Amino acid sequence: MANKVAIVLLVCIGLVMLVAISELPLYGSPDTPAQNEVAERYVHGTLGDTGALNMVAAIVIDYRAYDTLIETTVLFTAVIAVFMVLKKGSTGKGEQG
Amino acid sequence: MRDFVLKRMVALVLPFVTMLGLYVIFHGHLSPGGSFSGGIITGLSIIAFNLVFGTERGEEKISERLMALIESFGALWYGAMGLVGILRGASFLMNKGAGVPVGQPGSLYSGGLILLITLGVGLKVASTMVTLFLELMEEED
Repeated sequence: MANKVAIVLLVCIGLVMLVAISELPLYGSPDTPAQNEVAERYVHGTLGDTGALNMVAAIVIDYRAYDTLIETTVLFTAVIAVFMVLKKGSTGKGEQG
Repeated sequence: MRDFVLKRMVALVLPFVTMLGLYVIFHGHLSPGGSFSGGIITGLSIIAFNLVFGTERGEEKISERLMALIESFGALWYGAMGLVGILRGASFLMNKGAGVPVGQPGSLYSGGLILLITLGVGLKVASTMVTLFLELMEEED
C-alpha cells in the first residue's frame, strides 16, 4: 500500500517537474534570466572592485568568497572522514591502536 | 623505488617543483592558477619526496603533525580573513568595500585579501593531499 502511494506521489512530482522543464527557455538563447548584467559586471568591474588582474581568482575568492569558504571545509571534512576510518590511536590517547 | 639515479634526479628537480607551486599560489591574483592548483603542485612535490626517500625521511622534513595542524587551521584562517570585513564595519568576507588597501594592480601586493586567502587555502590544499597520502601509506604497513 505504502509502495503504491509512493509511486503515485513520484509520478505526480515527475509530471510537475516535466511541466516546469517545458517552460524553460532554450539553452543559450540571449534573453534568458541567466544572461544578465552580472557577467558584464564581472568582465568590466573586476579590476576596479578587487584590484586583481586574474579575473577567475577575483570571482572565486572575492565575489563568491562564501562558496570557496565552504569548499575548504569540504576538504577538511574529507580529511576528518579519512582520519576517522583509518587513523590508528598513535597519539597515545587511543586505546584500540 | 630506492634507485640511485632516481634519488639524485628527484633531489635536483623537487626544489624547483616546490618553488613553482609556491609561485602559483603567490601569484594567484595575477596569473592563471591560484590556491587549488598551486597547493596541489606543492603537495605533490612533498608526496614525491615521501615516495622516493621513504616516509621516515619525509617525516623528518615535515612532520605529519605539522601537516594536520596546517590542514586544520587553513579553513579557520579563511574565516579569520572574513572577519576583517566585520571588524571594519562592513559585511563578512568583504574586500575593497571594507576599506582593505588593494594596492597597485599588477604588483605582488594587490587584490587586498585575495593574496592572504589564497596563501591560506593553498597551504591547506597541499597539506590535505599530503595528509591523505600519508594516511593511506601507513595502512599498507
